[in-house]
Amino acid sequence: MSQPFRLNKEGLINRNKKISFTFNGKKLFGYEGDTIASALIANGIHLVGRSFKYHRPRGFFGAGVEEPNAKLQVEFNGHSEPNVNATEMELVEGLSASSQNCWPSVNFDIGAINNFLKMFFPAGFYYKTFMWPKSFWYKIYEPFIRKAAGLGIASLEKDKERYEHKFEYCDLLVTGSGPSGLASAYAAAKNGAKVILAEDKPRFGGTLLTDDVSIDNLSGKDWAEKIVSELKSMPNVTVKNRSQVFGYYDHNMLVMFERVSDHLEKKSKFTPRQRLWYIRAKETILSTGSIERPIVFGNNDTPGIFLSAAAKEYMKVYGVLVGKKPLIFTNNDSAYETALDFKKNNVEPIILDTREEHSSELIDEAKSKGIDIRFSHGVIVANGYKKVKSAKIGKLTKDKNSFEKIETIECDCICVSGFWTPSVHLASQSGNKLKYEEKIDAFIPDKKKQQETSVGASNGSFTLEESLKHGFENGSNLSAKITETKTEISIPNVNEKKYGAHDKFWCMPLPKNENPKRFVDFQNDVSVSDIEIALREGYRSIEHVKRYTTLGMATDQGRTSNLNGLQLVSNIENKIVPEVGHTTFRPPFTPITIGTIVGREVGMEYMPTRKTPIHKWHKKNNAVFVDAGAWKRPRYYKQGNETLFEASKREAKNVRENVGICDVTTLGKIDIKGPDAAEFLNRVYTNAWMKLPVGKARYGLMLREDGIVLDDGTTTRISENHYHMTTTTAQAANVLSHLEYYLQIVWPELNVNVVSTTEQWAGAAIAGPKSRDMLSKLYPDLDVSNDALPFMGYKEADFFGVQSRIFRISFSGELAFEINVKSDHGMFMWEKMMEIGKEFGNQPYGTEALSTLRIEMGHVAGPELDGRTIPLDVSLNGLVSKKKDFIGKNSLGREAFNIESRQKIVGLIPIDRKSSIPEGSHIVQDQNAKLPIPKLGHVSSSCWSVENNNPFSLAIMKDGKNMIGKKFFAVSPLKNKSIEVEVISSHYVDPEGKRVRS
Amino acid sequence: MLYIKCPYCGLRAQKEFSYGGDATVKRPNINEEVTSEDWDNFVYMRKSPRGKHVELWQHIAGCRQWIKVQRDTATHEIFQTAKVTEEIR
Ligand SMILES: [Zn+2]
Repeated sequence: MSQPFRLNKEGLINRNKKISFTFNGKKLFGYEGDTIASALIANGIHLVGRSFKYHRPRGFFGAGVEEPNAKLQVEFNGHSEPNVNATEMELVEGLSASSQNCWPSVNFDIGAINNFLKMFFPAGFYYKTFMWPKSFWYKIYEPFIRKAAGLGIASLEKDKERYEHKFEYCDLLVTGSGPSGLASAYAAAKNGAKVILAEDKPRFGGTLLTDDVSIDNLSGKDWAEKIVSELKSMPNVTVKNRSQVFGYYDHNMLVMFERVSDHLEKKSKFTPRQRLWYIRAKETILSTGSIERPIVFGNNDTPGIFLSAAAKEYMKVYGVLVGKKPLIFTNNDSAYETALDFKKNNVEPIILDTREEHSSELIDEAKSKGIDIRFSHGVIVANGYKKVKSAKIGKLTKDKNSFEKIETIECDCICVSGFWTPSVHLASQSGNKLKYEEKIDAFIPDKKKQQETSVGASNGSFTLEESLKHGFENGSNLSAKITETKTEISIPNVNEKKYGAHDKFWCMPLPKNENPKRFVDFQNDVSVSDIEIALREGYRSIEHVKRYTTLGMATDQGRTSNLNGLQLVSNIENKIVPEVGHTTFRPPFTPITIGTIVGREVGMEYMPTRKTPIHKWHKKNNAVFVDAGAWKRPRYYKQGNETLFEASKREAKNVRENVGICDVTTLGKIDIKGPDAAEFLNRVYTNAWMKLPVGKARYGLMLREDGIVLDDGTTTRISENHYHMTTTTAQAANVLSHLEYYLQIVWPELNVNVVSTTEQWAGAAIAGPKSRDMLSKLYPDLDVSNDALPFMGYKEADFFGVQSRIFRISFSGELAFEINVKSDHGMFMWEKMMEIGKEFGNQPYGTEALSTLRIEMGHVAGPELDGRTIPLDVSLNGLVSKKKDFIGKNSLGREAFNIESRQKIVGLIPIDRKSSIPEGSHIVQDQNAKLPIPKLGHVSSSCWSVENNNPFSLAIMKDGKNMIGKKFFAVSPLKNKSIEVEVISSHYVDPEGKRVRS
Repeated sequence: MLYIKCPYCGLRAQKEFSYGGDATVKRPNINEEVTSEDWDNFVYMRKSPRGKHVELWQHIAGCRQWIKVQRDTATHEIFQTAKVTEEIR
């Protein structure tokens, strides 16, 4: 098992630990510290995928986040993850990677026929082809595009991993641990600042790991190690590797994606897979470095073509050769370092330099080492289908538009360098407008919009000396402002090679009659000719060109393609690059997993679960629960094989005939205190409150200022200046905010305080004709007669030794009481009720029976108070005072609220007395009328009337009261039902309300 | 995510607050006659300025106080926060 392209010594990998993995089913091995990419290249594998549109063979191009091609489907640690960047993913034992976007295999891909039909896939292809006919979209085009899009396959399995969120605050966040980042973090740490240093890669140091430099007589790598270990030892510093700061949001909030354990073979049970950090930083240092950009030439996407810095990184970090016959194609000095590294490893490179013959420190060194350098030369087209075999190269004429000489030379890889592009993504996300720096042909940050400072290469400083100086200075100054401490640090001595000027050259011309594809954007398969077409078709704005051609819109965000695309547009348009402008960078900088975004908020942790103090009893007694907001409420208590329908019918019937108890703890409760409490209620509710005596409850209705009903409920006067308000379960939080709004902002002169007491009290309703008999057994010493405790009466009494409140209120239409005790006694109360209620035939009832009871009474609730109804619509206009002012009163005079035919609440029964009417059904006159059929109303609530033993519904219907006695159809296209109905009164049971007063 | 300085609690994450609309709107006095035009203006009409805007937020997951926040609606810059009883100029 030899690795033909692994060097014997070089690299930072752990050669003592072999890691086995598979690629497209083939068993291979690498070493600890390898990425999938470095391990595959070590094994001589370059063909890893097919391109997006033309299914052209693709290999690795970069060595990190800039990689546009090598996106793999990877299975590891029990999951399957699509679109994994092979140049970033660390090798872990048992990992299995496979190519995407190819069928049946990466070596023989049917889709590659697109490559030969490329005249059919020009810019805007999707827009032009799939536009019409419209009816083709869902069945034909959309599935086709989805399949052709051919990225990886998301797993359908439940993600068993743990993801976490973390919130952190710091003085200085440093994003990137290259020389400028290390210097900044170090200087700030020495000033006592709370520092977070984030590094995306597993190893700290950035370019210090690959560049031939020394700092204070240490190699770059050793200096980085020394600084990092010192930082790690400081209590005020958090040092994080495998952590990508991917988003810069408002008010200096940055979000970081930490890959906690993907690289681990074994981890402890509670170690998360990944972690999302929300970091609020007082100051941010953006030391994100720069990314090499390529020079564009023919078939420049052939496997075996690399960025020159990537080739160097494979040698120096992973001990891997990307080829043994390299061609170095450059317009600047940095690629000479790659050539020298090849040479050091006994590989003979040939350098093609687009510049005319000249001299610099690096060129001289390369010359002295005997490297073959060809000035005024470049690669015209790469030859080879699945791997570079040779290159047609040319000697450029002085104007660089044509060739003096063309020849073909053999090579097995091409390392290309078109100079460096600062990584300004985070700066741009922060709102920084960026400016074009002529000197480096790229954009750098302009005036800061937030507390962000770019240093080093991301700010366009490409020398080590300058990067360190900027890092130390900015780290020190920014932190000193916060900590008010300044520690002097001497800037270290630096030894680095001096670079000569680069050539402003980015695209090779083509000889006459040759027309190979020249790609600008590899990931989205956008070529020079695509951009030319877009411009020919009239697209001018760079944002439009981007969307039409999809240039830079792939997951690599155009890291290697944006500037070349801009150069091309500026050349054709005869504008300078800053006039063309740049597109906006958006988070995330690199793709992150959905699991991390979600964090722990899955399943039961999706939202808090609120349980009443009686929850355990319900559970033990076969309650089937329903979600009411965050609350779990018993929907029904299942006996034997009962269905929901059967159980709720039994429970509701028992309330009508005997007595039942219902857990009503979830109702919103608000304590209202203060000398102006009565006045406040009088303004909040539509009805009169000034004369409610102590010990009495009243039903009240509240509106919004626009006249729409907000909520209803009872409020009881506990004592002179103390009221107990109840709200519906759903509106509890809104009503509290509503009351606070008026007390704090509108009427601060009212001396009133409100506080939620929902969780302080457990509540149970006792309803049914036998409820008073039961109550008298629950309170043997209390007079609970109709005279002593009349309808809407209130008493405080001892309940077997615990304090309790008795309200004579009813939601069911039956004689009913509601008992509240402190939450801690809720279970005690409930069990006592169950015990004592036995002789009266008491049964617990759930929300389904509760609904049935209120619906057949015509008592409105959430489905009727749906944010569209005024009191008149729901027959509650009797509660609207004409004498006093209240919230929303002025709106009730609006014309639309007073027209005769306005919607009203009505009851509906099916003509056949059997078919239940689906909630949400539309009411129409003629179900066979021509579409669109005029809608007369909708069914809001439906039940099986236990009193009359047939279905009954409430509906909100146009001119409702005048429709009584008439027949219509209730149509539910959703349930595919149409039921003939008769309109009746909404009060189906006990319309006079005698029972509640009995 | 915004970082809002509650005048009672200090700087807190936006997550703790809920938005409450334009703070410059004044409700017509209770128990006083109001023209329907004034009423409609109060209920429905809101300016939607690009730039500085004084708005209400409630610190619902904190002290539950309603507060005033002067914010740039385009950039989210917050210039000033105050108690509702205080003026923002
Ligand atoms: Zn607060």
